Amino acid sequence: MTFQSIETSSLAGSVEASPGATLLRRGGEIGQLAVSRYGVIFGFLAFWQVAATVGWVNPAIFPPLDAIFVALWKALASGRLVGDIAISLQRAGIAFGAAVVVGIPLGLFMGQIRSVERALDPILQLFRQTSALAIYPVFILFLGLGETSKVAVIFWATLFPLLLATIGGVKEVDGKLIEMARTFGASQLAVFRRIVLPASVPAIFVGLRLSATTALLLLIAAEMIGANKGLGFQVMNAQYNFQIPLMFGAIFLLAALGLTANYVLVSLQRRLCRWSDIAR
Amino acid sequence: MSVVQNTRPTTRLGEVTVRDLSKSFALNGQRLAVLRDLQLEVRSGESLAIVGPSGCGKTTLLRVLAGLETPDQGEVLIDGLPVKGVGTERAIIFQEPRLLPWLTVLGNVAFGLEMRGKSKAQAELRARHYIRLVGLAEFEAAYPRQLSGGMAQRVGIARALTVQPEILLLDEPLGALDAMTKLTMQEELSRIWREEKVTMILVTHDLEEAIYLADRVLVLTKNGASVPRLIDINLARPRDRNESDFVAMRKRLMAEFGLH
Repeated sequence: MTFQSIETSSLAGSVEASPGATLLRRGGEIGQLAVSRYGVIFGFLAFWQVAATVGWVNPAIFPPLDAIFVALWKALASGRLVGDIAISLQRAGIAFGAAVVVGIPLGLFMGQIRSVERALDPILQLFRQTSALAIYPVFILFLGLGETSKVAVIFWATLFPLLLATIGGVKEVDGKLIEMARTFGASQLAVFRRIVLPASVPAIFVGLRLSATTALLLLIAAEMIGANKGLGFQVMNAQYNFQIPLMFGAIFLLAALGLTANYVLVSLQRRLCRWSDIAR
Repeated sequence: MSVVQNTRPTTRLGEVTVRDLSKSFALNGQRLAVLRDLQLEVRSGESLAIVGPSGCGKTTLLRVLAGLETPDQGEVLIDGLPVKGVGTERAIIFQEPRLLPWLTVLGNVAFGLEMRGKSKAQAELRARHYIRLVGLAEFEAAYPRQLSGGMAQRVGIARALTVQPEILLLDEPLGALDAMTKLTMQEELSRIWREEKVTMILVTHDLEEAIYLADRVLVLTKNGASVPRLIDINLARPRDRNESDFVAMRKRLMAEFGLH
């Protein structure tokens, strides 16, 4: 009798312990994954903090992280940086949006028509290889120092990666798939809608991610050259006024902006291109 | 009475007539004749295999029949009407499955019918039937990347069958499959041909496959050097590869190619 009761109790105990154990194990696995993925960046930040606090580096130039975050928090809470963030987002957003609206349809069209693509390719290559910053003065001459020239220069730099990636995507569509559709009597429009478009989506996303990175790059450069508002301006301005923690704060904000943009595009890509990820 | 004779019968025909067909290609500035004055009659519901050495024009002939290539001379008639481009009475199965990677098995099989103007729901209903016929019912929701080579080719076959063609054109459909899968698929094709009662024109480089599947075998020669020969395969179905008649036929066909 006692023997039996011991057995049942131990059994009950093992049943009770097992979900906890699995939870623990899974937690451990997630922890391990986090360490392998974020260990280096965490170490880098920790090193920064320690180096600045102990005095391995000059804290006037490399302030400790807590000082940076305090400065950033103050600037955000007082509303000083909010306007800058808004205007920066607006500039990059309008330019990027315009590049999407122009670049993707134009790329889809150009990629389909060989003669158009051949005729326009040299000039596209020329424009792409000409640094947008080099022609920023030209934009300023034509459009003045206001918002338009800034948006225009960001648009210019953002358009080409997206346009070329889209053209490349369309050109690489497997001709055998198109022939297959034709044997079933598919119209030109159906071939475009059902084959060319979905087949180009992965390449378009490569272009979108490149363009988003370029947009932020050019945003900062344009704001550093000729602006009195915006995150790029604040980085420069903080440096002039020797507000080094605030300068690093603005830099971190820009990095966060880039990471967010990339994250959004990657998740969108995962959703739309599930078919190409399935075997991975 | 004459009215009745003039109306085209509603039953499926799938008769193919090839008249004086010639086709050449430009190769390094030279014209290379691959088909020369070819004559051919394919009966309704017949299974014809086209064999020959590589470069003899067997795939070209199939592509002309499919309407993907235009002949230099001569014409192709289907049920008495000349062929102009691709048509709804024909469906093609390629050597590669040519599946759309962003569609599921169901989406791929329904694709052909959708292109022919059927609604998605109608197309999927009929597609399901043919997915079952090729034995892939459990893989309806799978994507092409998750399929093996044999399974992918079955999807291609189902897609062609879903449009219910009179004539099924197959361009080395099993050429890229491994030996085991190939044998199973030959049995499947034989069964499908019997059940669907379609005219089947099959290009292959596998003589055994030709004998296993065909009523007649068309032997093409390189550069149209001699007149193509038609060989009747009068073997009972279902066929047995080890039967003495089958073996004798294989020997005979191999002798056509100078192989012993």
